[in-house]
Order: sequence, then structure tokens, then C-alpha cells
Amino acid sequence: MSALLETKGLTAHYGDFQALFGVDIRLERGETVAIIGANGAGKTTLMRSLSGVLSNDPDMIHNDGAAVGALGADTIMKRGIAMVPEGRKLFPSLSVEENLIIGGQHKGGRDMGDRIDGLIARITGGDDPSALTGHHDGTGYWTLDTIYELFPILRERRNNPGTALSGGQQQMVAIGRALMSNPDVLLCDEISLGLAPVVIKDIYAALPKIKESGASVIVVEQDIGQALKVADRVYCMMEGRVTLTGRPEEISRDAIHEAYFGAAA
Amino acid sequence: MIWVDTLVQGILLGGLYALFAAGLSLVFGIMRLVNLAHGDLIVLGAYLILVVVSATGMNPIFAAAVAAPVMFAIGWTLQKVVLNRTLGEDILPPLLVTFGLSIVLQNALLEGFSADSQRIGFGALETASVPLGPVTVGVLPLMTFGTAVLTILVLNQIFYRTAIGRAFRATSDDATTASLMGIRPARVFATATGLAMVVVTIAALYLGTRANFDPSIGPARLIYAFEAVIIGGLGSLWGTLAGGIIIGVAQTLGAAINPEWQILAGHLAFLIVLLVRPRGLFPRGKD
Ligand SMILES: Nc1ncnc2c1ncn2[C@@H]1O[C@H](COP(=O)(O)OP(=O)(O)OP(=O)(O)O)[C@@H](O)[C@H]1O
Ligand SMILES: [Mg+2]
Repeated sequence: MSALLETKGLTAHYGDFQALFGVDIRLERGETVAIIGANGAGKTTLMRSLSGVLSNDPDMIHNDGAAVGALGADTIMKRGIAMVPEGRKLFPSLSVEENLIIGGQHKGGRDMGDRIDGLIARITGGDDPSALTGHHDGTGYWTLDTIYELFPILRERRNNPGTALSGGQQQMVAIGRALMSNPDVLLCDEISLGLAPVVIKDIYAALPKIKESGASVIVVEQDIGQALKVADRVYCMMEGRVTLTGRPEEISRDAIHEAYFGAAA
Repeated sequence: MIWVDTLVQGILLGGLYALFAAGLSLVFGIMRLVNLAHGDLIVLGAYLILVVVSATGMNPIFAAAVAAPVMFAIGWTLQKVVLNRTLGEDILPPLLVTFGLSIVLQNALLEGFSADSQRIGFGALETASVPLGPVTVGVLPLMTFGTAVLTILVLNQIFYRTAIGRAFRATSDDATTASLMGIRPARVFATATGLAMVVVTIAALYLGTRANFDPSIGPARLIYAFEAVIIGGLGSLWGTLAGGIIIGVAQTLGAAINPEWQILAGHLAFLIVLLVRPRGLFPRGKD
């Protein structure tokens, strides 16, 4: 059976600089996978590739058996893969509630723009860029109300500008915004970065509920302890390669240390 | 009493300038694109309305309603096929391309319609006037002003209260993150320019019915529009209305003192505001 999300020899470049060298990772339905690695290991680059922000060869990324590596971020999102980007990236011009709403506003299905593009493609004989969207309808457990149940503080702050919140609250908005499309896959890039331990605990407390809603999750974490606690499987990256993979209970601290910093360290 | 009259005429004239400027302001607010062909697109709209009126004999307002979807399609296509390719870190390419477009439009209109000046007939409306308190004002200027206020009201509602408005603001904030929301920035920009062209059509209706026009007058309208946008503060539509009114009042006051000072007074008002408030009266957000 094909994995929910899978990379096959994924490479990525920024100009002449190569950031990923043949990365193979797999996410099965219902799993939580953690990606760990030092600064600059390529974790964010991997997430940007998975979410379609960086474009790749079609065959380098598979979603439910379909080759999706070359699809754009908007199409990937409509296939049910949502991202909580590094640095939260809330929209400053939108209120907290608008930030949430916009996460679910363009979910799933072919909209009018897609149909126009499809029509143009048919006339010009090109490929319909949205042909691969449509199987994910974006409906499910998550609505404004259930997001506010998950993070009650956001209801109180719903009319504030998104950027007028504390770091932890902003992170909650970023997670809620991604959940609003009722994704099959939730990609989280360093959701604990820069937050106090109690706040991190609050945020990770949402994970069981998120999994219960049917989403499979990939979290990028610098905090190894946190990663080992929540993940079913862990991948460790170093300098653009996967250096270690396994279940948290199978891998030793020494092995992680070596995979994280290299053998010399 | 003459000063009150001058002031009122100036405010009403400001409505026309605000209409010239609203589309420019909208596009700039969303994609930081200064469209140097904006004035020529207004003139194109006026010719389009003129063609519809001469072909069908319909009222110019209905002709504008016919022209609006055509202009939307022109704007949408222009953005999607040409202008989206020019957007990026560098602000020079869109300026060069729209400058070129301005020249192309002027010459195409010259080819198609000759240099003769034209006017869209509005019948009795052209000269009708009504008493407004102590002064008498023309019905057409009053309609222009009312249309400007209504247009900006509707644009603000779209911008702040609708799904497409949210997409406009989000894409303007951060196009990459917007694409993670399922938004295709190129499409949002095309829709924004299409919408701006609908506003351009409304501006064209009044441009063409209030005075004569010919293929060469676009750039002068662009300057008034540009000044109104800058005075009001980039990205603020109500600011753009205020900017239009300031230029309109300055022009009529200048003209009342000496008819030769009309245009100069408008530009002077622009310079003074720019000196005192370099970011305009009501700048939106930071940046
Ligand atoms: N926009 C970019 N242009 C050029 N190089 C980049 C760019 N973004 C990242 N890189 C480089 O790619 C490599 C991987 O970066 P990436 O951001 O994926 O690392 P990371 O594992 O997410 O690190 P961190 O833990 O600091 O977030 C680094 O060497 C980085 O310098
Ligand atoms: Mg990173």
C-alpha cells in the first residue's frame, strides 16, 4: 500500500547551493513523525519541498500514490497537506479570526479559478495544473468553533490583529489556521521555537486532539526530548541527509548524538 | 459666498480625482505595483463606452455597465499575462512595462479613433444643476462625487468584509504564506487588477461625459490620480478620497485667485502635503 506521504531521493537547491541530498522519508496514515537535526540540517527545506513552496521533480514526492513533487503550494494544500510554517507567518493585516478563516477558505475541490485554468489548458493543449486536486473536500472536525475549543484564548483575542499576540498565542493561531482546512497531513516546522516550556506544553497538549481528528503529523523539532516523546518514528538529519531513523524506544542517545553532530563530535 | 461656492466646487471636483485614483490605489495597496498606464486605461474605458453608446444609442450609464466586464477581462488578462511577470523585489520592471503599455495604448487609440477630441453625450444632465444650501451645483459633478464615495465604500467592504478581500490582504502581506492557504497569488492579483479596471470604467464614464477627451490625455489624469494616492497615504482608499478632495479644492481656489493658477495650485498642495507628511495623511500599516 502506498504511504500517505513519501519522498524518494528528494533533492533541493538554492541557486548553486544544494540543501538536500537524496532524502527518503515516509509518513503512514495515523502516524506522527518527528524530524530532528541541528541548525542548517535542511529540515525547513524538507518541509518547504513537501508543502510545494519549493518545486521538485514530480516523482520525488508521492502523496497517496500520486507523484506530487512538482505541484505548487496552493495545489498541495488543496490535496489536504497543510503547513504551519517556521516563524508562524501570521498575516499582519488580518485579525486572529480572519487568519483562522483564511486557512479554510480555499480548501479542497476545484474552484472557479481552477476551472478557468483547466479550460485555458484544454484550449492551449497544456497540462491542467489543478487536475490533481479535488479528492480532498476539506470538511471534517475542524471549524472556527472547534479551534476555539482547542485554544480558548484565541476566542477572547479573535478581533486583535494576529501579530498583536504573544509568541505562544501566535503559534496557536498558526496551528489553527492550518487545521481549518481539515488536512490529512499537518506539517509543523519548529512550533516550540522561542517559547517558554509551559507554553510548549500547552501547544503539544493539542496534538492528541489533532491526531484524533484524523490528521497525520510531521513535526520538525530542535528539542530532541520533545520529539522523542510525541513521535511514533524519528528521522534525524544532518547536512541535507537523513542520518538516523527509527522508533524512539529503539534508538540510543549515543546514536542520536552521532546522527545529530556527526561522528567526529 | 463666492468662497463657499469655490470650496464646494473643489470638493466635488475632488470626487472625480478620487475616482481616477481609486483603481490605482487598490492595485498599489495589494501588489505594490504602480501602473503608469492607469490614465490611458481610463481613456481606453472612455472610448469603449463611446463605442457602445454610438453603436446602440443607450444611456452612457448602461453603456458603462456593458463596458465594465470587458474592462475586467482586459485587466485580468493584462495582469495574468504581462504584469505578474514583472512583479518582484525590483520595482523597475513594472514601471518600465506599464510605461511602455501607456505608449502602446495612446498610439493604438490614435490609430483607431484619430486625434480628434470626443465627448460622450449625457443629454440634459450635462448642464442640469440643483441648489445645495447657499450654492448651486451641477448635477453631474454631484453625481461624480456621490459615485466616488459609493465606489470607495464598496471597495472597502470588499477589501475588509469578503473572502476575496481577505485573500487580497493576505497575499499582499506575504504571497508565499498565502499560497500555503490554497491561494494562487497570480490569480488574486489578476482579480485585483480586473476589479481596478471596473473602477477605471466608472472613472471613464465621468471623464468622458464631463469634458472632451482624446487619446493623449491619459498621463495628465495619471498625475492627478497619483497625487491623490500619495496625499492620502499609500493603500488607504478613504485617504485617496481625501487626497482627491485636497487637490480639487486647491485647484478651484487657485483658479478663483487667477485662472492660470488652477493646475499649479493642485501640484503645490501635493508638494506641501508631501513635505509635512511624507507618508501621506492616512498611511495603511507599517512598511
Ligand atoms: N533561501 C535560502 N537561500 C540560500 N540558502 C538557504 C536558503 N534557505 C536555507 N538555505 C541553506 O540551506 C541549508 C538548510 O537550511 P534549512 O533552513 O532547511 O535548515 P533547518 O534545518 O531548517 O535549520 P534551522 O534549525 O536553523 O531552522 C542551510 O545551509 C541554509 O543556509
Ligand atoms: Mg528550519
